[in-house]
Amino acid sequence: MQRTIISATLASVISFGLTGIAAADIKIGATVSETGPASFLGDPEAKTLKLLVEQINAAGGVKGEKIKLFLYDDGGDPNKARTFATRLVEDDGVVAIIGGTTTGTSMAVMPVAEEARLPFISLAGAIEIIDPVRPNTFKTPHTDRMACEKIFDDMKKRGLTRIGMISGTDGFGASMRAQCLDVASKYGITIVAEETYGPKDADMTPQLTNIRSKSDVQAIINPGFGQGPAIVTRNYAQLGIALPLYQSHGVASNGFIELAGAKAAEGIRLPGTALLVGEMLPESDAQRLVVMAYKTSFEKATGTPVSTFGGYAHDAMRILVDALNRATSMKPAAVRDAIEKTSGLVGTTGTVTMSAKDHLGLDLGSFRMLEIRNGSWKLVN
Amino acid sequence: MPELMQFLLSGATVGAVYALVALGFTIVYNASNVVNFAQGEFVMLGGMITVFAFQAGLPLPLAVLIAILAAAVIGVGFNKLTIEVARGAPVVSLIIITVGASIFIQGVAQVVFDKQLHRFPSFSGDDPIRILGATILPQSLWVIVGAIVVFIGLWAFFTRTLVGRAVLATSNNRIAAQLVGINTTFIMAFSFGLSAAIGALAGVLITPITLTSYQVGISLALKGFAAAMLGGMGNPMGALVGGILLGLLESLTAGYISSQYKDAVAFIVILTVLFAFPQGLFGRSSMERV
Amino acid sequence: MRLSKQATLLVLAALIVVAPIFFPSGYYFRVGSLLFVNSLAVVGVVILTGYAGQISLGHAGFAAIGAYACALAPVHLHVHPSIAAIIGAVLSAVVAYLVGRPILRLKGYYLAVASLGFGILVSMVLANEIAITGGPDGIKVPELGLRAVLADWGLELTNAQFWYAFSGLVLLVGSWLALNLYNSPTGRALRGLHESEIAARTVGVDVAQAKLVAFMISAVYASVSGSLLALQNRLITPDIAGYMHSIEIVTMAVLGGVGSVLGAIFGASILTLLPQLLTVFQEYEQVMLGLVMMLAMIFMPRGLLPSIVGLVRGRGE
Repeated sequence: MQRTIISATLASVISFGLTGIAAADIKIGATVSETGPASFLGDPEAKTLKLLVEQINAAGGVKGEKIKLFLYDDGGDPNKARTFATRLVEDDGVVAIIGGTTTGTSMAVMPVAEEARLPFISLAGAIEIIDPVRPNTFKTPHTDRMACEKIFDDMKKRGLTRIGMISGTDGFGASMRAQCLDVASKYGITIVAEETYGPKDADMTPQLTNIRSKSDVQAIINPGFGQGPAIVTRNYAQLGIALPLYQSHGVASNGFIELAGAKAAEGIRLPGTALLVGEMLPESDAQRLVVMAYKTSFEKATGTPVSTFGGYAHDAMRILVDALNRATSMKPAAVRDAIEKTSGLVGTTGTVTMSAKDHLGLDLGSFRMLEIRNGSWKLVN
Repeated sequence: MPELMQFLLSGATVGAVYALVALGFTIVYNASNVVNFAQGEFVMLGGMITVFAFQAGLPLPLAVLIAILAAAVIGVGFNKLTIEVARGAPVVSLIIITVGASIFIQGVAQVVFDKQLHRFPSFSGDDPIRILGATILPQSLWVIVGAIVVFIGLWAFFTRTLVGRAVLATSNNRIAAQLVGINTTFIMAFSFGLSAAIGALAGVLITPITLTSYQVGISLALKGFAAAMLGGMGNPMGALVGGILLGLLESLTAGYISSQYKDAVAFIVILTVLFAFPQGLFGRSSMERV
Repeated sequence: MRLSKQATLLVLAALIVVAPIFFPSGYYFRVGSLLFVNSLAVVGVVILTGYAGQISLGHAGFAAIGAYACALAPVHLHVHPSIAAIIGAVLSAVVAYLVGRPILRLKGYYLAVASLGFGILVSMVLANEIAITGGPDGIKVPELGLRAVLADWGLELTNAQFWYAFSGLVLLVGSWLALNLYNSPTGRALRGLHESEIAARTVGVDVAQAKLVAFMISAVYASVSGSLLALQNRLITPDIAGYMHSIEIVTMAVLGGVGSVLGAIFGASILTLLPQLLTVFQEYEQVMLGLVMMLAMIFMPRGLLPSIVGLVRGRGE
């Protein structure tokens, strides 16, 4: 609260100082995968960015200046993403870039942003985006490593130590698979059976049959996004496998329950964000207000339910606008410094506090373990 | 043993999906020697139109009917506006025209519908049927039976009906066909309409299993295309056997060798078969476009 | 119409040198260099499809070999990235020989699907062998280092400017080689088998050998274009081997006019620039791209450049 007053005061002081100068727009760039294999992530991201810019401008903009959004669709192709990043930097003259829906596109944008010393907030999961920390690159989603840790932590509490893993061969699945293999031993978990499936596959019963045939498997984890996890879940029910099934944050949306079917999805657990369980949060929860405000306005504007991915774009825009308000100038370097000093900013994924060593600013606690019960999300513990 | 049975049932399910898509290729190929790379888009349209009609409150059978009819109309229009105009173009141009059509239809679908994944309920519920310790979903039976019915229908059509023979005659020699009084323009339009309708039917049957979105067409078309090539392009028997074989290859590879390389194994087998039988397993040996 | 070799090269060189005068920002250099990289692969298609009349829907696989060679060879073989690109080109030629021998016996759609299968196999290996290739998220590519050398000599270029100049130069060399090939004995043999395989055989052309040579040469072009892209982006992902990339390469060539180097490059320009221009239409980008592909092929089956030139000439006469 106190911070908002300070920043508001600061904002008015600066805008007072600027009166007389023609108010130029603040240019913000974005490249997301509105089409292509990751379009169900990129689509809500694009809609969210447009919606927020509209809202911010309607409320008077930032320091009295309107935001102008340059939004491109890279189709999930890293080569295109790099071209659009170059365009944003060189041609459009933006002050910061949001985007990179996938890890591949984020890694393609990063060198352009780093070379131009322009702040870049990625919307992709992989830990390699912010580890090692690069001066100008930030990101909003939890890392896939944290998702593995959250799941393994829950498994440990339930006494499940020998597990099977079935992962998608797309970027999301492959990256999370590697992280899970890496941290499993830290939680005393052994992966006794491992299978994969292609992102467009229609049936995963052979793989699940193989996992089930390992007699000592106690639970199964499925890193993946898109239709794969929904089909895995349906095949799981078809085969009558009774072991606990863990999905990833990649499918944390109501659409997943619909696609998998409430009956098949019953009892599935996954690490998600507060966004899916906004109504269930206690009034005292700091995130409740933010989450509900975003959820209501997004669903009203688009007619589609919110998804975690739109939430990542929401947080990125909030972090950027917050930084713009605090920045000493509208120069990219000043904005970068302000982003790095983000502290206690409440977003849909958690409360973000960044530092020179941490360009994500989220901890494991902000991940919520959710369980599907009777076709809707329930908070576990 | 239950494992093998499960792999076989999985292979049959996936194979029937490929076979249905592959069957759609046969008619157009038989009528015009064009491999329609946009065939997958009719599969997508079948699923997506049904989804949206069903969501709008129509009963499922009516939604299905609308989807199939709409796809047939689009198929006829596609033929009229592109293939008919570009008659006689070389293979590479025809590939690009149909790929262009595929991109175009996808583009329209993402604007008209949306970019999310969808499905509608299975026709006969989701309670698995147990066979020898393995399970299969009722919808898979729908797909398998659908593939067989379409196959029998096409086989009877090409061998038992006048129109079917006219299609074959048109493909063999267009001018000769015209000379004996076949309306080749009608035959072409009819073939594209029927092809699109079969594609849409495939989309309707498989959506409860595979889910659908505006971009499922390309990968389905590639698999169906590969299946048709394996069996021999233009032969309904080839499409059916090619599809089922491809599905079984994938599931047995996933089950016994490596789930990671199941598609690779499938493609290597196709390439090997093509080297031994350059026209596919059941292909006509004398067809060559000059 | 066919411009002479010298005229073609002159037109090309002039365009490459003069265009930057009109570039308002560095982004145009980036688009320009992409255009040259695409054009190089497309010139390879001219040799395979335009000269020899063979189809390949798997050339993205060779681009991927060239690209991943630049990422992997410097790490594992400790060679300079430029040597890595050459290794990639040689490897592509060898792979093209091994793959081409069996599949070039096939014709039309069967050749198309066999080459398509090859491309898909390559992308599958790249996505699955994570320990070596980095998997679907891709792998970093070392810096070529030439820009720093130029800077030492007092020629300071931005990254985008350097890659514009460098890939423009490589394209010129590639075009020159392709144009020389056209009138060489091999080129004549290729064109002969395009007209009629049987006729070519009767006059003593080893048809299988000639096709294989064309396939290998075009694979090397695709490979070098992949290497250039990798070195420029400093990151490469399996997307480069994707089916759509193969289709894109063929479409560029055929759209512009696969019979001539200049036509093919014209096609590459259109399909490289179009997505950049269409960003204003956002949602309708795919619709328009599909329309352009269909309309061009239906109404200008020989390709845009020959058809446009034909139109102009027709009026002039």
